[in-house]
Amino acid sequence: MQLTEIRIAGFGGQGVILSAIVIGKAACIFHGGYATMTQSFGPEARGGACSAQVILSDEPILYPYVTRPDILVVMSQEAYTRFSPELKDNGLLIIEQDLVRVSELPEGTRLFSVPATRIAEELGKRMVLNSVMVGFFGAVAGLLDPDSLRKAIADSVPAGFRELNLRAFDRGFDYGTAAVPLVAENSEHEHEHAAKYFDGV
Amino acid sequence: MHADPRGVLTGVHFLDGDHACCEGALTAGARFASGYPITPSTEVVERFAARVPTLGGIFIQMEDELAASIALQGAVWGGAKAFTVTSGPGFSLMMEHIGYAAMTETPCVFVNVQRGGPSTGLPTLPAQADMMQARWGSHGDYGIIALCPNSPQECFDLTIQAFNFAEQFRVPVMLMMDEVVGHMTEKVVIPPAEQIEIFPRRHTSKPPADYLPYETNGDMVPEMAHAGEGYKFHITGLTHDERGYPVMTVPAQDKLVRRLQQKIERAADEIALYEEEKVDDAEVVVVSYGITSRVAQRAIELARAQGRRVGKFRLITAWPFPEHRIRQLAQRTKAFVVPELNLGQMVREVERLAGGLSRVLPVSHAGGGVHRPEDILQAILEAAS
Repeated sequence: MQLTEIRIAGFGGQGVILSAIVIGKAACIFHGGYATMTQSFGPEARGGACSAQVILSDEPILYPYVTRPDILVVMSQEAYTRFSPELKDNGLLIIEQDLVRVSELPEGTRLFSVPATRIAEELGKRMVLNSVMVGFFGAVAGLLDPDSLRKAIADSVPAGFRELNLRAFDRGFDYGTAAVPLVAENSEHEHEHAAKYFDGV
Repeated sequence: MHADPRGVLTGVHFLDGDHACCEGALTAGARFASGYPITPSTEVVERFAARVPTLGGIFIQMEDELAASIALQGAVWGGAKAFTVTSGPGFSLMMEHIGYAAMTETPCVFVNVQRGGPSTGLPTLPAQADMMQARWGSHGDYGIIALCPNSPQECFDLTIQAFNFAEQFRVPVMLMMDEVVGHMTEKVVIPPAEQIEIFPRRHTSKPPADYLPYETNGDMVPEMAHAGEGYKFHITGLTHDERGYPVMTVPAQDKLVRRLQQKIERAADEIALYEEEKVDDAEVVVVSYGITSRVAQRAIELARAQGRRVGKFRLITAWPFPEHRIRQLAQRTKAFVVPELNLGQMVREVERLAGGLSRVLPVSHAGGGVHRPEDILQAILEAAS
């Protein structure tokens, strides 16, 4: 695992911080690498802007902040507007399909989208959208083995919600697994896909 | 002795520095904290308040920092290991009672998760600008110990070390964290209790009739007795004799105050922990601590990639300062570069010890963020030229 900078951003209450904790924990406890997680501390509350940063590596991490993320996960339009210019060229952008409309993107961006909130609602609890997102991230980023991520989720959520969160993870992961070949094999198709959901990208 | 296993959360965790500090305190045996929670240190006591009742301990949220910083000292004299946690504005208010702890030789720990100042400054953003305050903040002459962790793992390890030093030297120990280290989350390994050394309280073994609270035998650190055990003792912030009774004379003052300072200074080589890398043939040595040491490490690696011989010297203990080692290094290094999140505090110590033998370049930062590695790199290149 090369040094990989990840930023996750959205509204307070979407589970942004917990997603970052799960990814960091998966990397440094269950996957055997290193992870440093930091979060923005400001007057954030439920509904306000919220972001977390995770750095993953095989080596100990020195500088704790993300400067140009390799991977950006956004779950709100505000987060997209604020953070998408930071994304590295040829970076990976993961968006919540129903909450983010994509416009200009840095050079060579690989874009993936998932209706995480809708999937979570289908499972009966909107709150697990972050676990759907982590599952989707696991599949499309391919950095961490899914077992590590599942263990990290099981370790991070209250016992009563473990099963539900793991189901949410699996749904997101399956959605991501299906999305990978679609994007990898045919980049034009990706744009059609994006256009279909994002109202004229 | 070893840590009490009931307080030790043995295992591999993903914790932020504040939570790791709390676990370090519980591992060290702290069963009392009084606090007035303040950003960015709140998470330490938030966790402690949730955890310590299950271990038979107490957290009290006091009315202000003055109360917080003295209630814990009452707990210590009642037999507990105790600490408080704060940030800049609260640290300023606690200065009076840090002096009281130094004067009464109350073993205790003050955690300061540093944020931008002065005054209320930058509540949610980092600084390292309370370093001189930690050493000199209370009035009068006294010795203290201050430690600077640079990761959540060290927040755990050095909190235990802080309690151990407090007990060993009967002195208030400051754990000088910063907002970044406090709020960053990383892997923290908590070993089994039987692998963790805890320095026990220096409790007297004498019968009550023979006990003098401030009598010392050679090592300059008196033995303690606790309230309610049948020992007569008197604790006061006034200058006192071996009985603990006030004595307002020049000889009493001289004897007591010199001992308070010397009990730390004479053990400075043992207390002054640091980490070195490639300093022996270095043309430039970068001296840093806390989060800045990690940013500096990146700058050092960039400079080495350009063929520069750069050494790293990381302060783990800030006070007492590792004077001997810096003097030695000054004999053979061309320059020191000292980045810190303030406008020049620990750099003064380096300058003093370099004694004009080598150049000293500060890399200041007013706080609110961390240095850019390139800024430290530039100073290294300038120092090497």
